[in-house]
Amino acid sequence: MSAPVLDVRSLSVEFESTLGTVHAVRDLSFSIGEGETLALVGESGSGKSTAAMALLRLIPNPPGRISSGAVLLSGRDLMALSEADLRGVRGREMAMIFQDPMMALNPVYTIERQIGEVLRLHLGLSKSEILAEVVELLRLVGVPAPEERARQYPHNLSGGMRQRVMIAMALACRPRLLIADEPTTALDVTVQAQVLDLIHGLKEKLGMAVLLITHDLGIVAETANRVVVMYAGRKVEEGTVGEIFADPRHPYTRGLLGAAKWEEADGDLLREIPGTVPSPFEMPSGCSFAPRCAEAIPLCRGAMPELKDVAPGRQVRCFLAEGRGHG
Amino acid sequence: MADGTPQVASAGGAPILEVRELVKHYPIRGGLFSPSQMVHALDGVSLSVARGETLAVVGESGCGKSTLARCIIRLEQPTSGHILLKGADITVLAGRPLRELRRALQIVFQDPYASLNPRWSIASLIGDPMRLHGLVARGERRGRVASLLETVGLGPEFMDRYPHELSGGQRQRVAIARALAMQPEVIVCDEPVSALDVSIQAQVINLLKRLQRQFGIAYIFISHDLSLVKHISDRVAVMYLGQIVELAETRAARRRVLHPYSQALFSAAPVADPQAAAARKRIILAGDVPSPIEPPAGCRFHTRCPYRQDRCAREAPQLRAVEDRLVRCHFAGEPGFPPETSA
Ligand SMILES: Nc1ncnc2c1ncn2[C@@H]1O[C@H](COP(=O)(O)OP(=O)(O)OP(=O)(O)O)[C@@H](O)[C@H]1O
Ligand SMILES: Nc1ncnc2c1ncn2[C@@H]1O[C@H](COP(=O)(O)OP(=O)(O)O)[C@@H](O)[C@H]1O
Ligand code: SF4
Ligand code: SF4
Ligand SMILES: [Mg+2]
Ligand SMILES: [Mg+2]
Repeated sequence: MSAPVLDVRSLSVEFESTLGTVHAVRDLSFSIGEGETLALVGESGSGKSTAAMALLRLIPNPPGRISSGAVLLSGRDLMALSEADLRGVRGREMAMIFQDPMMALNPVYTIERQIGEVLRLHLGLSKSEILAEVVELLRLVGVPAPEERARQYPHNLSGGMRQRVMIAMALACRPRLLIADEPTTALDVTVQAQVLDLIHGLKEKLGMAVLLITHDLGIVAETANRVVVMYAGRKVEEGTVGEIFADPRHPYTRGLLGAAKWEEADGDLLREIPGTVPSPFEMPSGCSFAPRCAEAIPLCRGAMPELKDVAPGRQVRCFLAEGRGHG
Repeated sequence: MADGTPQVASAGGAPILEVRELVKHYPIRGGLFSPSQMVHALDGVSLSVARGETLAVVGESGCGKSTLARCIIRLEQPTSGHILLKGADITVLAGRPLRELRRALQIVFQDPYASLNPRWSIASLIGDPMRLHGLVARGERRGRVASLLETVGLGPEFMDRYPHELSGGQRQRVAIARALAMQPEVIVCDEPVSALDVSIQAQVINLLKRLQRQFGIAYIFISHDLSLVKHISDRVAVMYLGQIVELAETRAARRRVLHPYSQALFSAAPVADPQAAAARKRIILAGDVPSPIEPPAGCRFHTRCPYRQDRCAREAPQLRAVEDRLVRCHFAGEPGFPPETSA
C-alpha cells in the first residue's frame, strides 16, 4: 500500500475533573489507507469519540488536552498546524459526520446555504456555481427532488434525509478522510442500510479513507476492512475484519463477539462478559480488563500488558497472546 | 374468535394475554385553515401470548410498538379494541380491578434512567409498589427486596443507593427487580437493552431468559434489533405503520419471511459475521416510512414495496393465513413470492 492517508501516532487525551484526571485515550496509534475503512469499536466510554475529536483538534480546552501524539494527514502533522491552517483542513481534507445530524446542521439556514457556505469558504465557488454543486451533491447522496430540498430547512427533513444532507456537506470538498462517529445509531435498520451503502459507494468512487466509529459489530462485519478494538482508552487488538471475527486473540474481543452472536446461541444463554467497564477514577492495577477476564492469570493484576505485534498488521495487548500464560 | 381475526396460536397453549383489533388514533390539532387530523398509531392489531412464551414485536421507529405497549398496560386508553387477561376483558377496568391488573402486567422501558425516580433509594423503588399492592408484610419488605436484588444479580449493598449511582445495566436490573416484585404474569419489555452496551445487553437478556424459565412469565418483547429478536423470541410480529404485516413462529421466520417488508427489514439487519455479510443480498428500500397521519391508501407498504402491482395502491390487503403464518400482502403464498434474496 502507498503512504497512509491518516497516520495516528501515540495519541493521548486527558480531561481534568474534580475527581481527578481522566485518561480518555492513551497511546493510541493506527493508520488508514486510501479507499480503506477502519472501524474503531468498544463500549461506551472507551474513548472512541474523544479520539475522533482529537484528530480534528476539537477537544474542548479546558477541561481537555491532547497530552501527546502526532496526527499525520497525508504526511502533514496536524498537531503542528496553526489554528488558521487547521481551519483549511477541517471540512476540506478531513470531514466528520455525527450520530445526531443536528450537531452539524444549523436549524435557521436552508440546506443550500449550509452546504454552499462550505463550498464558498473552501473552494471559493461563485453563487451560480454553488447552487449547481449543492444540487449535484444532494443527488450524489440520494436525496430525491434535490432542487426543492435545497431550499428547505433541516426541520423539514426526516432523520434519514438529514443524515444524507450532513454527509453531502461532509463530502462537499471531496475530503481524503471521512470520520463517521456512530453515523447510523439513531436510524432505523432500513435507513441505516441506505446510509451505510451510500458511504461505501462514495468511498469507492472518491477513494476516501473512512474512520468508522461504532459499537455495532454487525456494521463492522459489513463495512470495515480493518478493526481496532478499544478498552478503557487503550487499543487492545487490531487486525483485518476477517482476522478479528475468525480469530479474536484478546479475551475482551472474544467476549464482545460472543455477546453479539445472538443467533448462534439458539435457545441457550449468551456468553456474557461479567461486570462493567471500570470507572476512569478506579482503574484496576495491571491489565484494565483483568477484573472481568475469565482467563486472567496472577501476572495480569500486577502489570499492564504491552501492545505486541503478533503478525503483520496484527496487534494484541494481552499476556496470553504473548505466550506467557498457559503456553 | 368472535370477530374472526385470524391468529397464529401461541406455542405454549391457551393465551394469557390477548389483544383484539386494537386501534389507537391520536388527534392532532390542525392549523387555522386545516382540519384536525389523526395519527394512526395502531390500526387493528391482534396478537396473543401464552405463559412462559416470548412474543417479539419488531418494526421501524414510529410504527406503533410503544403505543401498543402503553395500551396493553393501560397507561393509555385505546380508541377501540379489546385487551384480555386470562380471558377477562380488561379494556375498561377502573378502581381496584385496574390495580390488580397493574400488578399482573408489568413493563420495563428502554431508558432505565427515565423510568426510575432519581430521589428514591433502590429499596423504596422496589419496595414501595409492594406496599401499595399489600404484597408483603411491612417487617418482611427489606428482606424481600434483598432477595429480589439477588435474583437479578445485585448485592444487598445496592438497597441504599440511588439510581444515579448505578450503571445503565445495573439500573435496568433494578427496573426488572421492580417488575418482578409484583409477581407479574406478563412483562412488556419496550426496547429493554437498546440503551446498553453489547456486553451488558447479553447480561440482561440472559437474566430475562432465566427469570422466564423460573417463573413462567410471558414477555411481549419490543425491539428493533432483529438478531436479538431471533435469539430471544418464540414468535415474532412485524409491524408497519400501525399494522401487523406478518406474524410467525420465530423458527419459521428465521428460515424465510413472506411479507416484502419483513424481507427488507430482515435483510437490512447487519449480522456480526463478515462471510455471511458478504454472501448476503440486502434489499435497500427506497425512501422513508410514510407519515402515519395519512397512511398510503391500499397496501400501506406500496410506496416502498419492490414488488407492488397496480392493485396494491387501490386495495388494502387483509392479514390472512398463508402457510404456517399470517401475512398482509395480496401475493403472499403465490409460488416464488417474494423472490429469494439470500445468495
Ligand atoms: N468533556 C469531558 N470532561 C471530562 N471527561 C470527559 C469529557 N469528554 C469525555 N470524557 C471522558 O472520556 C472518556 C471517553 O469518552 P468518549 O465520549 O470519548 O467515549 P466513547 O467511547 O465515545 O463513548 P460513547 O460510546 O458513549 O460515546 C470517558 O470516561 C468520558 O467520561
Ligand atoms: N401522544 C401522542 N400524540 C400524538 N402522536 C403520538 C403520540 N404518541 C405517539 N404518537 C405517534 O404515534 C406513532 C407511533 O408512535 P410510537 O408508539 O411511539 O412508535 P415506536 O415506539 O414504534 O417508535 C408515531 O407516529 C408517533 O409520533
Ligand atoms: S492480560 Fe490477562 S487480564 Fe488482560 S486480557 Fe489478557 S489474560 Fe485477561
Ligand atoms: S400488497 Fe402489494 S405493495 Fe403490499 S406488500 Fe404485497 S406486493 Fe407489496
Ligand atoms: Mg461516542
Ligand atoms: Mg418506541
